[in-house]
Amino acid sequence: MKISDLMKKRIQEFLDEEKRFDNRKLLEFRKIEIETGVSKNAEGSARVKIGDTEVIAGVKIDVTEPYTDHEDEGTLMVVAELLPLSSPHFEPGPPRIEAIELARIVDRGLRESGFIDFKKLCVKKGEKVFGVCVDIYSINNDGNLIDASCLAAVSALKTARMPKYDTKLERIKYGELTSKGLPLTKNLPLTITFHKIGEKILIDPSSEEEETSEGRISFALSRNPGKKEDIVINAIQKGNPKTFEEKEIFEIAELAVEKFKELEKRIKTKEK
Amino acid sequence: MAYTKRIDGRKFNETRKMEAKVNIIKNADGSALFRFGDTIAIAAVYGPKPLHPQHLRNPEKGLLRCNYDMISFSVSERKRPGPTRRSQEISKVSEWALTPIVELEKYPNTVIDVHIIVLQANASTRCAGINAAALALANAGIPMKQLVSSVSVGKIDKKVVVDLIKEEEDYREGEGSTDIPLAFLSKSGEISLLQLDGKIRPKELDEAIKIGREASKEVYEIQKRALKAVGEEK
Repeated sequence: MKISDLMKKRIQEFLDEEKRFDNRKLLEFRKIEIETGVSKNAEGSARVKIGDTEVIAGVKIDVTEPYTDHEDEGTLMVVAELLPLSSPHFEPGPPRIEAIELARIVDRGLRESGFIDFKKLCVKKGEKVFGVCVDIYSINNDGNLIDASCLAAVSALKTARMPKYDTKLERIKYGELTSKGLPLTKNLPLTITFHKIGEKILIDPSSEEEETSEGRISFALSRNPGKKEDIVINAIQKGNPKTFEEKEIFEIAELAVEKFKELEKRIKTKEK
Repeated sequence: MAYTKRIDGRKFNETRKMEAKVNIIKNADGSALFRFGDTIAIAAVYGPKPLHPQHLRNPEKGLLRCNYDMISFSVSERKRPGPTRRSQEISKVSEWALTPIVELEKYPNTVIDVHIIVLQANASTRCAGINAAALALANAGIPMKQLVSSVSVGKIDKKVVVDLIKEEEDYREGEGSTDIPLAFLSKSGEISLLQLDGKIRPKELDEAIKIGREASKEVYEIQKRALKAVGEEK
């Protein structure tokens, strides 16, 4: 393991007294910063910092063939790379399971919430549709890359502009953006990831806390279209071998809804 | 239209016909088949055996390694052979689902390889795979205090159902389809697998897990029977 057992023990002792090294409460996020438009060549982009954790996400849009079972819908692909420059523990090479899992959690949140109106991304049914690629890169890992990545992906999608499409050549004219944004709905998805250390449940772990964590469970939530007060869970992913009791899962599900509302508010104030 | 009747006529809390069989692959140290209706998975266990490369060895406990994949003609549109992002993720969650039952501290420096192959797919493949793998581990004689029993639950429109079939997974009317693969430890009742895709409120999730727990008990009975059957043959 990367951090010492002594450090883990100390983290545990602190948590038993409801304390953390950085004085936060167990269910308190660190400072969140969102910056959009960080890349000139992406159709949309964002940089998100949660404490010392930093990720960037970029949206590229191309024209592609639709899936045979969704002939009139655009496509979505989410890929994450955990860059070696962002942590001494990440190594070069094709995405490993950690990166694959992270991307798939974000993907499921985006997809299941209906945040992107895929039907409006159809160019020619059965032949051509717009394909949305969201690429996420870790720049500095100090824990909670999942929540930071989802936030970055959503922020990048919100600022994305559709590229110009040449109907004759049936090709995208890259570098020329229209003033039109992506067809997005109000069901903005956010993930909240919970960690279990001993009997304590906490959110937004530092990398030390994350390494100490035995159980992880991520929730992606959004507001139900039509009924704004109705918050739904769009995705859950339990990670690590540690098991959870049924009761714990119910408690965490309720907490997830509370934290979703809080995070939503914090993002809104960021946007002015 | 509300989902008042299941596509295949089952009750909402009824699983498909289940079948379990152990000792199906001679070469393996343990093996099993598990079936939910048209979904068939087989699993084989090799090990414990020395772990290579050596630097991965843990002197405190062994490693459980899962590998899940589907054969190319297990689905209607040919699946290209080889690992995909999906199969890699399922391998990992299956590993997490099974690790809590295996007493790995008894086998330091070793690895136990669990290979799960889906022969035929009609949803709930990871659940069938985990059930087969748990049986294969028991069949291999690996010390375990309890078994893992896995089942999928879901919400179709507004109705909570057990053991979804593909057509239910693809249901798009009303509130659509939510798929929740679950795994429970047979004795402690703890949850070792929980994933979800779709749209569900916390209260409904509550209900779904409760129904899943009941169904997992039926899975457990089938698993137990399969393990007993081996003893009787010999």
